[in-house]
Amino acid sequence: MGDGTAISSEQVAHVARLARIELTPDEIEHYTGHLGRVLEHAGELEDLDLADVPPLAHPYPLSNVFRDDVAGSPVDRDEVLSQAPAASGGQFEVPPVLGEEA
Amino acid sequence: MTSAHAIASDVRAGARRASDVLEDFLGRIEMHDGDVHAFNTVTADQARAAAAAIDAAVDEGRDPGPLAGVPVAFKDNLCTRGVATTCSSRMLEGWQPPYDATVVQAMTAAGAVMIGKTNLDEFAMGSSTEHSAFGPTRNPHDLARVPGGSSGGSAAAVAAGFAPLALGSDTGGSIRQPASLCGIVGIKPTYGRVSRYGLVAFASSFDQIGPFAADVADAALALGVISGHDPADSTSIPAAVPDFEAALGRGVEGLRVGVISELTGSGRNGAATGGPGTAGAAGEVLDGIDADVTERVHEAADALADAGATVGRVSVPAVTYGLTAYYLIAPAEASSNLARYDGTRYGLRVDGADVEEMNRLTRRAGFGDEVKARIMLGTFALSAGYYDAYYGKAQRVRMLTRRDFDAAYADFDVLLSPTSPCVAFRFGERADPMTMYRCDTCTIPSNLSGDPAMSVPFGIGAEGLPVGVQVLAPALGEEPMLTVAAALERAAPPLPAPPLSTVADPTEGA
Repeated sequence: MGDGTAISSEQVAHVARLARIELTPDEIEHYTGHLGRVLEHAGELEDLDLADVPPLAHPYPLSNVFRDDVAGSPVDRDEVLSQAPAASGGQFEVPPVLGEEA
Repeated sequence: MTSAHAIASDVRAGARRASDVLEDFLGRIEMHDGDVHAFNTVTADQARAAAAAIDAAVDEGRDPGPLAGVPVAFKDNLCTRGVATTCSSRMLEGWQPPYDATVVQAMTAAGAVMIGKTNLDEFAMGSSTEHSAFGPTRNPHDLARVPGGSSGGSAAAVAAGFAPLALGSDTGGSIRQPASLCGIVGIKPTYGRVSRYGLVAFASSFDQIGPFAADVADAALALGVISGHDPADSTSIPAAVPDFEAALGRGVEGLRVGVISELTGSGRNGAATGGPGTAGAAGEVLDGIDADVTERVHEAADALADAGATVGRVSVPAVTYGLTAYYLIAPAEASSNLARYDGTRYGLRVDGADVEEMNRLTRRAGFGDEVKARIMLGTFALSAGYYDAYYGKAQRVRMLTRRDFDAAYADFDVLLSPTSPCVAFRFGERADPMTMYRCDTCTIPSNLSGDPAMSVPFGIGAEGLPVGVQVLAPALGEEPMLTVAAALERAAPPLPAPPLSTVADPTEGA
């Protein structure tokens, strides 16, 4: 912020890793431009004095939202699993999480 | 075009068969949706079965409900059990939800017949439907132009006469802006008025479901059906649902209407009108709002004054920062909500050597360009070292917006502004991201505040295209909002029908 380039290609590559999106070097350049344009615009907030304004996270605050502690009818497990990319034994199936040796 | 009111009335009285009504609309879709592409899926078989069940109920002397036999189109980010719900994304192509959204249940329980699922910008991120993975929807008023977005398919479906009612979702204007560009009515209710259970989440502190219709009365009818507390959505407001339709006939005499200065340029309905609140400090007038649009807003204000309302100008200074705040907060929330698309439980999977590689390759292949950009933007805005500067600051602007609206509503019952800064634009005309985002300038403030707002057609702008006027109201103020919208509808110059409707109707003269 404030130094003319709002985000670098290294930062975009880092953010892509955090967001778990595989990108090619060309795509990293593309998104550096895209995000940079939006973040440059966001620089206009820098001039605002908001020290005395608290943040607002939710437009219509409700608190202590409870329901009666009674069993509902869950969605059908087989129906859910029928839509999964891979399932077996009543569970979702994924590639190794920790590597084969684990 | 037949209204939802007329269809339901006829079907309930046994004067028309729901099945015949349905075939009329399916015929129009068959004839014109190849051009418009409002639908991702037309659920003809399922609709025929549902319509037959409505007819059977009528035959047995049972009342199917206030939407008896009314075909309805659902935006394709509303979960429909056993019917593909794609969000117009490769990520969810072919996915069939295991449950219905609460609004889908409510509409069908009221007798409505689902006719199909409508196109949108991928995961509702966009203002033109150009970001759909399945190709854009075209505006029925001019096929060379966008219908707006992200609920462009729902808006186009109603404008083209494919369904009298449609539902969409509005996170930054995604109901109101396409309604404006397509010359129909679109309502974003108060945040929490309508359950979001079963709406695929984009930005959870903004998302709200609402109706599209050709007129205010039909929109109010649908709003009444979908409103109300739902224990399945913890943000749903436990408030009674008013009789929205009763608000339509009330006069505007004595109502105080404020025209938002920052969104309507200089000139008319200025301090000279002497309305309340005109002494407020004038904010900066935003650039980029076309004169043909602001002129219609001033005419709408004049019409309300003629009908007995007290009209003045009001400053809501924070609206000038709304766009920037929104485009930090909404991507931040999206980056969290869309983390669930990791190739594990539903939708696309691209195999990898381990889970993390599967995640990365799946998300690379499944998400389109705009969705990737917003996820990364949001991830960045939330990341260590930038959180306070971006996300934190944007949340403070959000509070500023809330306060400025509260101040405005101390002096006015409803506010007026344009819905969209411009009429429907041509495909590709707003390819630059900031240029596209500016489509939402006038609609975003209501998403930041959570207040209700709606778009009503009011005349034409450049090149004869529809212009929508936005009516804004305080939280749970749908009734005065609808009263004013109905008055505007009565005063509005007639809108040319979409050229599509001049093509021979397959059901006429057959």
